[in-house]
Amino acid sequence: MKHQYDVVIVGAGLSGLRAAIELGEDTRTAIISKVFATRSHSGAAQGGIGAALGNEEEDHWKWHMFDTVKGSDYLGDQDAIEILTRDAPRTIYELEHMGVPFNRTSDGRIAQRAFGGHTSNFGKAPIKRACFAADRTGRVILDTLWEKCLQRGIDFFNEFQIMNLTVQDGQCCGVTAYELATGKLHHFHSKAVLLATGGAGKIYRTSSNAFASTGDGMAIAFRAGAALEDMEFVQFHPTGIYKLGILISEAVRGEGGVLRNSEGERFMERYAPTIKDLAPRDMVSRCILREIQSGRGIDGKDYVFLDLTHLGEEVISSKLAEISGFAQIYAGVDVTKEPIPVQPTCHYMMGGIATDTDSRVMIDDQDQTIAGLYAAGECACVSVHGANRLGCNSLLDVLVFGRRAGRAIRRYIHTIGLPSLSGNDPTGETAAQIAALLDNSGEERSSTIRTDMQAIMMDSVSVFRHRDALLKVMDKLRLLKERCRHISIQDKGHCFNRDLLDAMEVGYMLDLAEAITLGALSRDESRGAHYREDCPDRDDKHWLVHSLFRYAESEPPHFLTKPVKITEFEPQERKY
Amino acid sequence: MKSTFIIYRYDPDVDSEGHYQEYSLETGPTDKILDCLNRIRWEQDPTLAYRFSCAHGICGSDAMVINGRIELACQKLIRDFRTANNFVIEPLPLFNVIKDLVVDMNPFFEKHRHIRPYLISDTDAPERERLQEADNQGFVEPALRCILCASCTAACPISRANPDYFGPAALLRSFRYLFDSRDTATGSRLAQIDSSNGIWGCKTMWWCTDVCPKGIPVTKCLGQIKRLVKEKEKDRT
Repeated sequence: MKHQYDVVIVGAGLSGLRAAIELGEDTRTAIISKVFATRSHSGAAQGGIGAALGNEEEDHWKWHMFDTVKGSDYLGDQDAIEILTRDAPRTIYELEHMGVPFNRTSDGRIAQRAFGGHTSNFGKAPIKRACFAADRTGRVILDTLWEKCLQRGIDFFNEFQIMNLTVQDGQCCGVTAYELATGKLHHFHSKAVLLATGGAGKIYRTSSNAFASTGDGMAIAFRAGAALEDMEFVQFHPTGIYKLGILISEAVRGEGGVLRNSEGERFMERYAPTIKDLAPRDMVSRCILREIQSGRGIDGKDYVFLDLTHLGEEVISSKLAEISGFAQIYAGVDVTKEPIPVQPTCHYMMGGIATDTDSRVMIDDQDQTIAGLYAAGECACVSVHGANRLGCNSLLDVLVFGRRAGRAIRRYIHTIGLPSLSGNDPTGETAAQIAALLDNSGEERSSTIRTDMQAIMMDSVSVFRHRDALLKVMDKLRLLKERCRHISIQDKGHCFNRDLLDAMEVGYMLDLAEAITLGALSRDESRGAHYREDCPDRDDKHWLVHSLFRYAESEPPHFLTKPVKITEFEPQERKY
Repeated sequence: MKSTFIIYRYDPDVDSEGHYQEYSLETGPTDKILDCLNRIRWEQDPTLAYRFSCAHGICGSDAMVINGRIELACQKLIRDFRTANNFVIEPLPLFNVIKDLVVDMNPFFEKHRHIRPYLISDTDAPERERLQEADNQGFVEPALRCILCASCTAACPISRANPDYFGPAALLRSFRYLFDSRDTATGSRLAQIDSSNGIWGCKTMWWCTDVCPKGIPVTKCLGQIKRLVKEKEKDRT
């Protein structure tokens, strides 16, 4: 089936929805999404969205900018971080005007609370900067923007899986998608495509991410020639529920919760004397694992306690209701009486499709772009998060850069007509791919390959890394890719064929896992979330650069670097 | 522990009607029902279809009937079922089955769209935020927990009897905007739902509240709407 639009947005999370709203009612826009829009993973964001509103105490966007730069371990591009933090207050007011039901102060303004790595006066003390709606901030913003799109009458194609980008002569002019309910292929012919496909946290065994977070958009763009950037920087959130990885928001510590080891010690006081439990996520995750390695995990096991018993029922029920439910349901813990057992969980990809600050997709280190192709949100790397993202900067990122993507695309589509397509069947290549997959008669199942990949990546490419292990992982991933060629699809049907999609997803994740591992192996230093036990120091002389990855058909990706943009804050030692 | 899962199956490509298929699985007390379905799909039968995504009760994808009661498969653990180790799993009632446990939720979302689920204000937005009393935000807070899983509407006896009834989920969204002090469309919102297919369709049977996986007092919120309609009527006379 063929469709024509001005713009196709892939992904119905917050960056996709925000871009759609910005495109305006006179732009013919389609949003395609592998899950129904409100099931998007943006909805799982809990704690808040950062902006220097100053509603609770004095604050300035430049303080927010400094914290983000320092949080990124100086790898974030400062021109982009300036855009992010300067535009933050406007973004919050805009959300409020659309109807987002933020918690309020006693005088009726938007309430704010403390979050990791956010400080006053360039690092002096924790500051209340996170705007929130209890601990379901992402969910209420997602609902509000989705409902705004319903009001606008934007066309949603829910449960449509993107299969391929249509790129002709360096210009992107559409996508091919697979309709889950019917197994039919659809071609969306458009002037521009925005990838807003989210993260890839399912590459790891312990993950806070949804099943849908398999990096499809990143991998498809990568194969189509887009560069990936800074893939080795994978955020492990310090407080996932033990064994399950379900996220317990940093807001718990923002409201006063503390981490304790087996001796009952509030150990973050030792590692980050100024801001303690509100140190950034990369540091807290490492500290938890150091405590465990030193034998101070609870009962000698691989977890510590997150204690909020002293916060009182009022704070818990009005500001942390959702996570107290998770603790009760999944861990059997009443948070008003007992601490929650926690360990780090894979949470967020700082890396992604290389873009400029107008969301245009880059193909190399020379700022070359694919015309008509844009990316925003977690699937993109602008880069505002550098080597480590601060909590409550991702909701901000998706909204600020989702809007900028919408604006840039709007300008672009007015300069061109609908590109003509060569050939008469733009879905032909995809149909052949699917037929080949369905006909494959190997012995492998995608679920076992995925489980093996998740174990390998968790064991050797998570919080702590070492050159020797990384070298082995590169070989193991090659073997897994070879095994992928022998997956046989048991389900030959046309209706909700998850078996087919699972096989494609594991292929996407393996491509990304290889880039992550190659980056981790190449970068002989430790910075932000990338920690190499064999090179424990940051090395600004050689590695104050972004990593870039270019896809290669039957060999590991090619690795390049490009300079970091430094405008305001020269790199300093990162201490909290 | 060995558990038995008896699962409703229907494939439109081959079946003229639904049937049940039995699977056997080694389970632990903290396994979620969703984990069990995943393992059946990965290890035994890749053709089994159901919706899922976040796996911790936020995205709202996996409402289904487990042992006769509507639940989220990701929010129920084996240990929560203390009576038996066999599980009968069926699709949500009320909606047409597309395949196995996957139902057509379009009618549900159509009703949602119909109640105008967005802030309507006839005042110009200020430069900064609109002010709102913390108590007012707190009053609508229960409705903000809704994840659109459709459990309430699927459970509602009125919805089952009258396909034109808006249903508890859509009316709960009405509540969220009706009582938001920033919304100025109270009059037209009430006019839209002041009917037997609207708020008066609710006969206070509590099934919605009983099944809500987020613990929302749905019936109570709908009761607040009824009270508001009555108050406005009184104001007019």
